[in-house]
Amino acid sequence: MGVAFSLAVVGVLILAITLAVEVLGLRFLVGAVLPYVAVAVFLGGMVYRLLGWGRSPVPFRIPTTGGQQRSLPWIKPSSLDNPSSTAGVIGRMALEILLFRSLFRNTKAELHGGPHLAYHWEKWLWLGALVFHWSMLLVVIRHLRFFTDPVPSFVYWVEGIDGFLRVGLRALYLTDITLLLGVTYLLLRRFFIPQVRYISLPGDYVPLFLLLGIGLSGVLMRYFVGVDVAAVKELALGVLTFRPRIPEGIGVLFYIHWGLVCALLAYFPFSKLVHMGGIFLTPTRNLPNDSRARRHVNPWNYPVKVHTYEEYEEEFREKMKLAGIPVEKE
Amino acid sequence: MKIPDMRYIITGIVVFLVVMTFPFWYNIGKAASAPQVSLDTPRIREMAEPQCVEPASYMRANHMRLLEEWRDRVVRGGERTYVAGDGKEYLMSLQNTCLDCHSNYDEFCALCHDYAGVAPDCWTCHLEFPRESK
Ligand code: HEC
Ligand code: HEC
Ligand code: HEC
Ligand code: HEM
Repeated sequence: MGVAFSLAVVGVLILAITLAVEVLGLRFLVGAVLPYVAVAVFLGGMVYRLLGWGRSPVPFRIPTTGGQQRSLPWIKPSSLDNPSSTAGVIGRMALEILLFRSLFRNTKAELHGGPHLAYHWEKWLWLGALVFHWSMLLVVIRHLRFFTDPVPSFVYWVEGIDGFLRVGLRALYLTDITLLLGVTYLLLRRFFIPQVRYISLPGDYVPLFLLLGIGLSGVLMRYFVGVDVAAVKELALGVLTFRPRIPEGIGVLFYIHWGLVCALLAYFPFSKLVHMGGIFLTPTRNLPNDSRARRHVNPWNYPVKVHTYEEYEEEFREKMKLAGIPVEKE
Repeated sequence: MKIPDMRYIITGIVVFLVVMTFPFWYNIGKAASAPQVSLDTPRIREMAEPQCVEPASYMRANHMRLLEEWRDRVVRGGERTYVAGDGKEYLMSLQNTCLDCHSNYDEFCALCHDYAGVAPDCWTCHLEFPRESK
C-alpha cells in the first residue's frame, strides 16, 4: 500500500513534468519558476525547523550514551562515546555525521527456540547508508560544474578521482554506481525485511523513489541518451544569476531530472530528510555528559517562594516555647 | 525564557545558508550564457553551406558518443570511412577530420569544455594542439 502510493506519487510527478514540458510547452515554468519556489521552500523550511528545534528547551543532559561516564580518576572514561567536554562532543558529532557511528552499533535481535534472545552483528544498514550518503555528496560536488563559472579546481579533482574508470572513451563515475546501489539497498531492505516493511510508511518510500528517479534520469542522460550540457549549464546559471532563460535543445529527460530535484528540495523540510539539520541538534549527541560535575538549572524554573525553618522559628518562637516544643535559638 | 545555546544555533543556520547558497553568490555578476564558439576556420570558410558531420544539435549533445563510435570502428573494426546521416563520407579520425575543420581548438572545443567543466584526456596521446587557456 505504502509502496504503491509512493510509486504513484513519483510517477504522477514525472508525468506532470513531461506533460508540462512536452505538451503544454511550460518550459519556463518548470525550468525557471519551479527552482525558485523549491529553493525558497527548502531554505525557509529548514531555517524554520532549525529555529523550532532551537527554541525547544533542553533542560538537562540526556546521558543515553554507550560508554563509561567521566567520574573518579581511576575509572577510565569513554571520552568519545560519553564525552564530558566540548572537544569530546565535537569528536562525537564528527564521528556521527561523517561515519554514522551510532548506526555502526546496530544489532539484530532474534528469538531462538523459545526464550533465547540473541543479538546479531548487523552492519549492512550502516554500510548501505554510508555508501549512499557519501556518493550523494560527491555527485552533488561534481554537479557544481553546472552551477559555477569558472568551475573551481576542486570539482576537477573530484571528477578525476571519481572517474578513474572508463566506459568507452569517457569516465564511468564510481559514485553513480554506488549511489544507485545504495538507494536500491535501502529500498530493498524495506521490501524484504518483514519488521522493517511493517513500520515503513509512504514518508519512507517517497524520498527513496525520488532519489532513485533522480539518479536513474541522471545516469540515462550521461551514459545513454545524451544531453546538451552547455545548454543545461546556461539554464542553471540563468536561474542562479536571476536572469532565467530557457535555451533551445534540452530534452525532456533533463526536465524530469530537474523537476524531481525541485520536488525533493521542496519536500525536504517536511520529510524525514530534515535529519540533515536535525542531526546537529540531537540532544543525546550534542551535549557533554557532565551532569554530575556541573549543576544544570532548568532554564524556565521560576523563583520558588520558600519559608525556611529559621524564618518559621522566628515567627512562632514564643508560641513554640509556650507549647513546650524545643527551639534551636533561645 | 532564556535559551543559552541559541547563538550556536544561529551561527549554524548562517553557515548552512551560506553553504547552500554558494552557487548563487559565487556567480554574482557573471554573464552566464554559453560561450560563442568560433566557426571561423579556413576549412569551414571554404564550405558553401557550412555543416558538421551530423546536425549541429545532435553534435552538441552527442559528439563524444560519435567519437567513441569512430574510435571503436577504427581501432577494433579496422574501418576508416563513416557514412553520415545525409550520405556524405568522412574519414573517421579525431585529428584529421574533426580538427581539420575545427582547427581552432582553443576557440572551439576548449572554450566549450572549460565552460562545461570537462577535461578530455585525448591529447595525452593524440596530437597536441596549442592551448593558451591551460
Ligand atoms: C566538414 C567540416 C566539419 C567536420 C569534419 C566536423 N565539423 Fe563540427 N561543425 C562544423 C560546422 C560548419 C559546424 C556548425 C554547424 C551549424 O552551426 O549548423 C560544426 C558544429 C559542431 C559542433 C556544435 C557547436 C555549436 O555549439 O554549435 C560540435 C560540438 C562539433 N561541430 C564537433 C565536431 C566533432 C567532434 C567533429 C569530429 C567528429 C566535427 N565537429 C567534425 C564543421 C565540421
Ligand atoms: C558546444 C560545446 C562543445 C563543443 C564545441 C565541443 N564540446 Fe566536447 N564536450 C562538451 C560537453 C558539454 C562535454 C561533456 C558532456 C558530459 O559531461 O556529458 C563534452 C565531452 C567531450 C568528450 C568526452 C570527454 C569526457 O570526459 O566526457 C570529448 C572526447 C570531446 N568532448 C571532444 C570534443 C572535441 C574534439 C571538440 C572539438 C572538435 C569538442 N568536443 C567540442 C561540449 C562541447
Ligand atoms: C592511451 C592513448 C590514447 C588516448 C588517451 C586516446 N587515444 Fe584515441 N587512439 C589512440 C590510438 C593508438 C589510436 C589508433 C590510431 C590509428 O590507428 O589511426 C586511436 C584512435 C582513435 C580514433 C580513430 C582514429 C583517428 O585517427 O582518430 C579516434 C576517433 C580516437 N582515437 C578518439 C579518441 C578520443 C576522443 C580520445 C579522448 C577521449 C582518445 N582517443 C584518447 C590512442 C589514444
Ligand atoms: C539532488 C541532487 C541531484 C542528484 C542526486 C543528481 C544525480 C545525478 C546523477 C547520479 C547523474 C549521473 C551522471 C553524473 O553523476 O554526473 C546526474 C547527471 C546529470 N545531472 Fe544531476 N543530480 C542532481 C541535481 C541536478 C541538478 C540541480 C541539475 C541541473 C543542472 C542536474 C543536471 C544533470 C545533468 C545535466 C546530468 C548529465 C550529465 C552528463 O551528461 O554528463 N542534476 N545527476
